[in-house]
Amino acid sequence: MDPALSAVRLSVREAVHTLSSEDGGRIFSTLGSLKRYLGQTENPALPGEQEEFARVHFSAFLRCLVSKLSPDWLELLPDGQLEELWASFFLEGPADQAFLVLMESIEGTAGPSFRLMKMAQLLARFLSAGRMAAVLEGQCWQHTESASPLLQEMLLIRVVGLPDRLGNRLQRESLAVFLPQNYFPLLGEEIVRVLQAVVDSLRGGLDCSVSFVSQVLGKACVHGRQKEILGVLVPRLTALTQGSCLWQRVCWRLVERVPDRAMEAVLTGLVEAAPGPEVLSRLLGNLVMNSRKAQFVLTQKLLFLQYRCTTPMLQSLLGYLATDSQRRPLLVQALKELLETWGSSSAVRHTPLPQQRYVSKAVLICLVHLGDAELHDSRDELLASLMAGVKCRLDSSLPPVRRLGMVVAEVASTRIHPEGPPLRFQYEEDELSREMLALATSRPAADGSLETGPSVPPVAADTPDKEPEESDIPQPRPDGSDSELDSDDEFVPYDMSGDQELKSSKAPMYVRDCVEALTTSENWERWEAALRALEGLVFRSPAATREVSVELAKVLLHLEEKTSVAGFEGLRQRALVAVTVTDPARVAKYLTSQFYALNYSLRQRMDILDVLTLAAQELSRPGRLGRAPQRGSPGPASQPSSAVAPTWRAVVEERIRSKTRRFSKGSAGRGPAAGPNEFNSVAGYFFFPLIQHFDRPLVTFDLLGDDQLVLGRLAHTLGALMYLAVNTTVAVPMGKALLEFVWALRFHGDAYVRRGLLSAVSSVLLSVPAERLLADLPDELLEARAWLADVAEKDPDEDCRLLAVKALLLLEKLKDKLLPLSFP
Amino acid sequence: MTMEQESTPSDVPGGDCTPTRMAAPPPPDPQFVLRGTQSAVHALHFCGGAQGQGHPLLLSGSLSGLVHIWSLQTRRAVATLDGHEGQCVTWLQTLPQGHQLLSQGRDLKLCLWDLAEGRNAVVDSVRLESIGFCRGSVLARGHQHWTLAVPGRGSDEANSSPRPLLLAGYEDGSVALWDVSERKVCSRIACHTEPVMALDFDSQKARGVSGSAEKALAVWSLDEQQALQALRTQELTNPGIADVKIRPDRKILATAGWDHRIRVFHWWTMKPLAVLAFHSATVHCVAFATDGLLAAGSRDQRISVWSLYPRT
Repeated sequence: MDPALSAVRLSVREAVHTLSSEDGGRIFSTLGSLKRYLGQTENPALPGEQEEFARVHFSAFLRCLVSKLSPDWLELLPDGQLEELWASFFLEGPADQAFLVLMESIEGTAGPSFRLMKMAQLLARFLSAGRMAAVLEGQCWQHTESASPLLQEMLLIRVVGLPDRLGNRLQRESLAVFLPQNYFPLLGEEIVRVLQAVVDSLRGGLDCSVSFVSQVLGKACVHGRQKEILGVLVPRLTALTQGSCLWQRVCWRLVERVPDRAMEAVLTGLVEAAPGPEVLSRLLGNLVMNSRKAQFVLTQKLLFLQYRCTTPMLQSLLGYLATDSQRRPLLVQALKELLETWGSSSAVRHTPLPQQRYVSKAVLICLVHLGDAELHDSRDELLASLMAGVKCRLDSSLPPVRRLGMVVAEVASTRIHPEGPPLRFQYEEDELSREMLALATSRPAADGSLETGPSVPPVAADTPDKEPEESDIPQPRPDGSDSELDSDDEFVPYDMSGDQELKSSKAPMYVRDCVEALTTSENWERWEAALRALEGLVFRSPAATREVSVELAKVLLHLEEKTSVAGFEGLRQRALVAVTVTDPARVAKYLTSQFYALNYSLRQRMDILDVLTLAAQELSRPGRLGRAPQRGSPGPASQPSSAVAPTWRAVVEERIRSKTRRFSKGSAGRGPAAGPNEFNSVAGYFFFPLIQHFDRPLVTFDLLGDDQLVLGRLAHTLGALMYLAVNTTVAVPMGKALLEFVWALRFHGDAYVRRGLLSAVSSVLLSVPAERLLADLPDELLEARAWLADVAEKDPDEDCRLLAVKALLLLEKLKDKLLPLSFP
Repeated sequence: MTMEQESTPSDVPGGDCTPTRMAAPPPPDPQFVLRGTQSAVHALHFCGGAQGQGHPLLLSGSLSGLVHIWSLQTRRAVATLDGHEGQCVTWLQTLPQGHQLLSQGRDLKLCLWDLAEGRNAVVDSVRLESIGFCRGSVLARGHQHWTLAVPGRGSDEANSSPRPLLLAGYEDGSVALWDVSERKVCSRIACHTEPVMALDFDSQKARGVSGSAEKALAVWSLDEQQALQALRTQELTNPGIADVKIRPDRKILATAGWDHRIRVFHWWTMKPLAVLAFHSATVHCVAFATDGLLAAGSRDQRISVWSLYPRT
């Protein structure tokens, strides 16, 4: 055996022996002599001895040191000299072994104790002294001498799991530096230092590997600490990679060596933390081409399988794909797949709205990045998917989905097929559509967006601040000498909103005249006047209306807007409602029969539904009879007189009261007058004809097929009628019929229909008396409950889930109401 | 100079209208309504009555040729004058002493009534030639001395300065200033494209306003050289102004509209202040009392009396 090596063993053994003694001075000198092997004294040992000590004896010696640690032992020498010396072995010796021993001893300590706290404080010193960089760095060189994978694995687990392990051991005593929100930024800083060392040694021609650092980074990200670690790492790397090829290559290598199972976490974190596509491109390089996993994550997983990326993230991601010519085919491919998804009718029906928005945004961003030539190459394919998507979106009964279709169709068609006639839709602008259009118009402004992005809002915020100031400054009057201007304030204008153009034509005075004017008149002013007057006339002369009610309803139902009359739809609808309210049985019978008749447009059928709902609402309104029929504003001219009336009436009543002597005062406030629900006697006319025929398709009208929008409206209407039939005798059979209707359609594919069904269930629960529900419909209730629970859990549409939860709550309430009855 | 005058008034109402921080109050209701003329009201005139019966009177001329004298205290008609053979009374004016009334009718007669001490007899009458809309005008020039302008072929009234000047509105839409003593036109401007139906003049500010059958009011001024200058026009919602009057304190002006509405404007800025939609037929005439009360007569046979922006 090499005499030098046996000398090392001898001195270590001697030192260990000395440690057990009580003589402080001797221990101190022995330890001091042993420090020679760490190489940092003025009289270091031979390199061979140092290496031998580090390789064979260091860990064991440290363990021995740990085992000796106790208050008494430390006080063998004054002023903490011994403790300082003791600690220096951990802080100056080989970092990886020291770290492992530290962790091991901390974990090995049973409960809170002096030793545990000392060790934890030592570990904190270890971290703050930057020794973690040494631990990581040590692994960067070791690949040459076949680093033991077992050791690396142990180190990896402990480096990343340090906060958890310390937290477990120390419980509430844990130090601030061990908290994840502090530890991982520190780890990030250490990684930067290690990378700096790697870059330096590469410059010096030395070979080294960053794979251990990559593993640490990957594991930290897998543990969900992307924000903390990358929040430090990315800005530093962004600055360092600027203009340095070596740094860029190290950085690429770093990401490349991340194990596959951590790749997703790292990439998502990077995409999130990178301020723009330029930076992302610098950090990742052509990773997406080299690593299949990275390609899958970036082009599939983030785009199709998730929808949690924010819009800036999407822009970074797709911008990254667009920045390099090698990667652009991937972008084209992504656009194709995105549009395919966008155009799939199944996706439209089964994916939640936020995801559809996400895909739409991604499509628009792709379109911004792609050039005309690239689009031209795959135009047919893109157009086909686009058109399919537009079609099934326009078919949807949910307005946001339709609007999404319109926005994307407009933008995409102009880009994909620029020479064709531009698509134009009429849609109301909202937050989303504006955001989407802004996405489509913003050019891929490279790093410029970084600077301009944050600087724009302050500018915008400044201007409104300034404006009031300016307006506060009294504007110089054009003619200051005129003193009368000063008294201008006393002339406060009255409300002049009623000042409208006067219609010259005279309004008809009788209902029959209106019918005649509406059917035959070629005089459009008369026609319009008749339409405007109709509602008031109907309310004023119910008897005359009843004579012509069905005829009038027919005329109104078929009325077309031949001239541009402001508020035509509202006028027609109010008139129809008025007629229905005046003669409910016959008109409702007529309208419901027409709902399933041939040769009506969907618009007319939906009008019928709306009118029935509104009329039922009006009929069921309590205290309806007491009110004068002044509901439909009879025209601007007579408004003031109705405003005059209450004041004089109040005056007259006041006068009567002052002249009248009362002997006993009853309760002054009258409650709302109780009255029969007028809807009671006619609810059947409204409800049953509607619910009977929904499953019999006509040539022009197929509720269960394409006309699902009307079906949705029908479900909503039936629910509303059910709700309005509260406290009527017919409510129970209605509820039964409605639950059957719901049961038949419960798995309908359209979210709007399902919403209607759910609200119908709720209204059944609200309107049918609880005892009758339980007595007459127990099976239906059980079935409905199972269905509701299913919907509340699994339905892709958020509103559906919400409605289902509400209906379930109603069921629960019902149960609560019944329980006290059964157990008095 | 002219440019400045044109631009400045238009700036003021624009600046005043936009910041409506408070909700505008609802349009006011009439103070009271006089019914009982049995026919459309075509002329109104307040009679101070300070020296007469001690309380103000309102005179109204109707389509049926009657002149009603209303007491504003009792709100009843105190007398009815019948002197126009059933033809519409288009203009009423008391002479400054308050006992004598001029009335112009469609029977082509201008009557002078003596109302003193409860009398109501026609003292004199003048034969007219015009069958148009035009009303007469009177300039008092001292005790027992008035100049009366009556239309020949179509015009309207008002005047100032030591030398008598007469403003006339014509059916071609122009307003002309006549020097009465020299019998010549001093100035003439075309304000409207439709016939001038009414005009009023504020002699203190040398500014006048005219209304016509079209959808706008015209404001014009008279400079020292006795030249008329158009200042601006005020657009209206509906066409047709039957009458326009400036309140005696020259703060506001009121118009009678064919659209059944009375419109009130700030006189200096022409800012719209109120649209009074009380009448159900064409408003034919408006009148202001010296205390600021506003009366309007309409074809719906009612006279509405309003108290707006009371004088302080």
